[in-house]
Amino acid sequence: MSSIEERVKKIVAEQLGVKEEEVKNEASFVEDLGADSLDTVELVMALEEEFETEIPDEEAEKITTVQLAIDYINENLA
Amino acid sequence: MSFENKIALVTGASRGIGASIADTLGAEGATVIGTATSAAGAEKISARFKEKNIAGEGMVLNVTDADSVAQLLKDVQEKFGAPTILVNNAGITKDNLLMRMSDEEWFDVINTNLSAIFRLSKGCLRGMMKARWGRIINISSVVGQMGNAGQTNYASTKAGVSGFARSLAKEVGSRNITVNAVAPGFIDTDMTEVLTDEQKNTMLSAIPLGRLGLPEEIAKVVKFLASDDSSYITGETLHVNGGMYMS
Ligand SMILES: NC(=O)c1ccc[n+]([C@@H]2O[C@H](COP(=O)([O-])OP(=O)(O)OC[C@H]3O[C@@H](n4cnc5c(N)ncnc54)[C@H](OP(=O)(O)O)[C@@H]3O)[C@@H](O)[C@H]2O)c1
Repeated sequence: MSSIEERVKKIVAEQLGVKEEEVKNEASFVEDLGADSLDTVELVMALEEEFETEIPDEEAEKITTVQLAIDYINENLA
Repeated sequence: MSFENKIALVTGASRGIGASIADTLGAEGATVIGTATSAAGAEKISARFKEKNIAGEGMVLNVTDADSVAQLLKDVQEKFGAPTILVNNAGITKDNLLMRMSDEEWFDVINTNLSAIFRLSKGCLRGMMKARWGRIINISSVVGQMGNAGQTNYASTKAGVSGFARSLAKEVGSRNITVNAVAPGFIDTDMTEVLTDEQKNTMLSAIPLGRLGLPEEIAKVVKFLASDDSSYITGETLHVNGGMYMS
C-alpha cells in the first residue's frame, strides 16, 4: 500500500493531466498546475472517492495546494 | 434506441407535462425515475411504466425539502446509478395580485419552482461530471418572458430558471454537460384546467395556432434537448407556445 502522499499525488496528476514529477508538495493547483476552478472541484471529488470520505465544501475550498490536500487527509483520516 | 443505458430523473412525473416527458424518454429506451409527492402517486407512476414497458420506477420527492432530495438521489444512485439526464419539471402556481400576495404564496412558489432546481442540479452534477456527459433541462414558462398579472411569484421563478440555465451552462460546458430550458405556452393540464372559459378564450385569441398545446408537444422538445441531436445547444430557452410569444 502506498503512502497517503503518494496516493494524493497520483490523483492530482491524473485529474489535472500533469506528470507526477511536476506534482511538488508546495505546488498550487491553480497557479502551478494549471487547474481551473471546476478542476479543483473535480479533484476534491476524486480525493473523496479515493479516501472514501466526504469533504465539506468549506474545507474543500481551503485545499489549494498538494501539501494542504495531504495534510487534510492525514488529519481527518489517518 | 438513442436513450439506452441512460438514466433520466424527471420531477413531477405523476401528471401533466412531467408524465408525458417521463413516458417519452422511457419509450426511447431510457431508464426513468419519475417523482410524485405521495407514495400513492409514486406507485401509480411505477404501474404506468410497467404497463408501457418502461424501465425505471416512480419515487417520492418533495422538491422543497432538502432531506427529501438527498434521500431520493441516494435511492436512485443505489438502485439505478447516477442520472445523467435531469428534467426539472415539478412546479406550482399560487396566483395573487402582488398587493395581496402573502409571504407564504411568494416563498412556496420560489422554493418549489426555483430553489429545487438549485438542489437537484447540484446533486446530479457529480455523476454528470464523471460521465463527461449530462443534460439538465428546466421547465420554464412563456410567462417568465411575457409577464402576467397575478403571477409575480411564478414569473420570477420561470425567468429565473432560464438565467440559471445560462449560468450553469457556462460553468459546466467544458465537461460536455448542457443546461437548457423549455418555456411552454398554455398547455392542457391540471394547471390550466382551473382557468375560467373567459380566461381561456382571451388566451386562445392570442395564440396564432389557435389551441392549447398538448403535454406531448413539450415532451418531444425535452426529448430533443436530452438527446445527442442537441449536442451543440446550451444555455438556451426553447419556446414552445403556438406562436403566443415570439422572441
Ligand atoms: N400547464 C401549462 O400551461 C404550463 C405552462 C408553462 C409552464 N408550465 C410548467 O410545466 C411544469 C409542469 O406543469 P403541469 O402543467 O404539468 O403541472 P401539473 O399538472 O400541475 O403537475 C405538477 C407536477 O409537479 C409535482 N409537484 C408539485 N409540487 C411539488 C413538490 N413540492 N415537490 C415535488 N413535486 C411537486 C406534482 O406532483 P403531485 O402529482 O404529487 O402533486 C405534479 O407531478 C411546471 O413547472 C409548470 O410551471 C406549465
